Amino acid sequence: MNLFNKNKKQLSIFITAGYPMINSINEQLNLLEEHGVDFVEVGIPFSDPLADGPVIQESSSVAINNGMNLSILFEQLKDRNSTLPILLMGYLNPVLNFGITKFLKNCNALNITSVILPDLSLEIYERLYRKQFEAYGVYPSFLITPSTDETRVKRTADICKNSFVYLVSNNATTGGQKNIGEKQLLSYRQIKTICGKTPVFVGFGIQSKSDVEAVQSVVDGAIIGSSYLKKLARNEHEKYLSSICS
Amino acid sequence: MQLSNSKYTQPDDLGFFGEFGGAFVPELLRPNLTELEDSFNKFKNDPTFVKEYLELLNHYVGRPTPLYFSKKLSHKHECSVYLKREDLNHTGAHKINNAIGQLLIAKRMGKTQIVAETGAGQHGVATATACALMNIECIVFMGEKDIERQAPNVKRMEFLGAKIIPATSGSKTLKDATNEAIRYWINNPSSYYLIGSVVGPHPYPEMVALFQSVISKEIKTQLNKQTGKSIPTKVVACVGGGSNAAGAFFEFYEENVELIAVEASGHGLHSGKSAATSILGTPGVLHGSMTILMQDKHGQVTEPHSISAGLDYPGIGPLHAFSIDEGRTKSIPITDQEALIAAKELSRTEGIIPALESAHALAALEKINSSKDDIIIVNLSGRGDKDMETYLNDE
Ligand SMILES: Cc1ncc(COP(=O)(O)O)c(C=O)c1O
Repeated sequence: MNLFNKNKKQLSIFITAGYPMINSINEQLNLLEEHGVDFVEVGIPFSDPLADGPVIQESSSVAINNGMNLSILFEQLKDRNSTLPILLMGYLNPVLNFGITKFLKNCNALNITSVILPDLSLEIYERLYRKQFEAYGVYPSFLITPSTDETRVKRTADICKNSFVYLVSNNATTGGQKNIGEKQLLSYRQIKTICGKTPVFVGFGIQSKSDVEAVQSVVDGAIIGSSYLKKLARNEHEKYLSSICS
Repeated sequence: MQLSNSKYTQPDDLGFFGEFGGAFVPELLRPNLTELEDSFNKFKNDPTFVKEYLELLNHYVGRPTPLYFSKKLSHKHECSVYLKREDLNHTGAHKINNAIGQLLIAKRMGKTQIVAETGAGQHGVATATACALMNIECIVFMGEKDIERQAPNVKRMEFLGAKIIPATSGSKTLKDATNEAIRYWINNPSSYYLIGSVVGPHPYPEMVALFQSVISKEIKTQLNKQTGKSIPTKVVACVGGGSNAAGAFFEFYEENVELIAVEASGHGLHSGKSAATSILGTPGVLHGSMTILMQDKHGQVTEPHSISAGLDYPGIGPLHAFSIDEGRTKSIPITDQEALIAAKELSRTEGIIPALESAHALAALEKINSSKDDIIIVNLSGRGDKDMETYLNDE
């Protein structure tokens, strides 16, 4: 069963594990569930987050300084009472260091059916890791961009059929400021058509309720990361959630 | 260009040297890398490209650089010691060999803006120089800490017309300058990212090694002319990311030649202040490739230490990770202090002031068992002008 395939438009929030406090995660998950968020991406902090803008970089470095790591994260997730689907998002190195098998076993035991490893390409995944991931029932979601060619979009949608395709809103690192205009929406819609039954979510740079609604009008849902973390840093996240989820 | 026939310099279709290398990058960079790979594959065999590259190396960079028989070092070590004088290149180090090659590719790709990272500033200066020559806009990311440590090179780059952007994230050194340069490339996909060593995602390690291979190609010809022998017995080079070493080893991987990679062990191998990646590191992914990394037990990349800003990098090129792992290349650690002594010795006995990086390679002579018949080549990757302050403070 694909936890990310629902008969409704969805909203997902990205949070960094260990931010703002080492043990913020379960409180965050409960809060997000209360507000009706559909699923949560839990970021594994890394020292060198290549695809991330300043906000997520900062949250990662705070989390690392707080002492967050994969062993602690998995322990914390064992205690979660939120029933929201979660997936882990992080760069490959901490996962390799933890041990792929051990990582997958933990995901399996915690009902985490998908992960996003932005620096793992489709090609390398298929060559080195696919068998092992699928054996543990973990189906990564891969990134595409509006400029990814059709063959590759199809191939990605096929590999992601038990999770979802992560459509990056624009060619930019996370948190970039931009407007989602008619042209973008048209290309998202075309990509959704190519992806068929595989859910498609748009993320990177989504900020406002109107961004969310615009994206939801053409694909399965929107993912918010930097904007939420920014509010969280100022303790304005509950107000923000109320406005986004109303 | 004469290409490689060795598994140590020629990766497979996904860019792997054994289990190392590959392209571990976000999908956002996929189109950039595919475009680069296609262009590199096209031009590396294009006679007009190769001709233009070699002509610039000859008439602009000043190649071939001499292969100098050092009487003093030969006498001391009771064997034949030759110095490959990369310090005599325009801008003072081997880095320009690569900068010129990649810029010619960037030009042919129609790029109008170059972005680069730099640590010590040597690659930044080489890139700024080549950009001035070819009239292309140049942006160099440099860690805030390195900007302070390497002030003269910052001035040189600015005088050459480059724009320096301080990298203020993370540890504010080369690793972070590289992150920032890659992020800039993600956000500005029409720019050309000119990486400075045999690191980064495929095809960079293969490409940079090929542009540096001119070093060992010349060594072969020059040695033959001077001694009648076509190969040395040992080649010694320092490794930061490993571009000068890759260039000096390139032609010898498939020959009976001992290859010695010299790593900076800072205050001492186990002092916790070291950059001896291949000895202390473990496999991991940084800056787009699987390699050997200095990292903590949770997979966070740690900040290395070396007195030499050019060796102060937590990874090594994947081709070196592979050949060291296979036992083809041997690594030797050299401390800050040993390098300083070697730099002074060469300055006083041969009248050559080496770069601190190159001084590590020289210091390794003390640790290599040699016999009378040995012919040892030390790659003198750069000159010491940029390090004078450090040398004088040590007096
Ligand atoms: C003179 C010199 N040698 C060596 C290096 C290290 O780089 P690599 O290992 O790529 O040759 C540098 C880097 O700045 C350098 O300036």
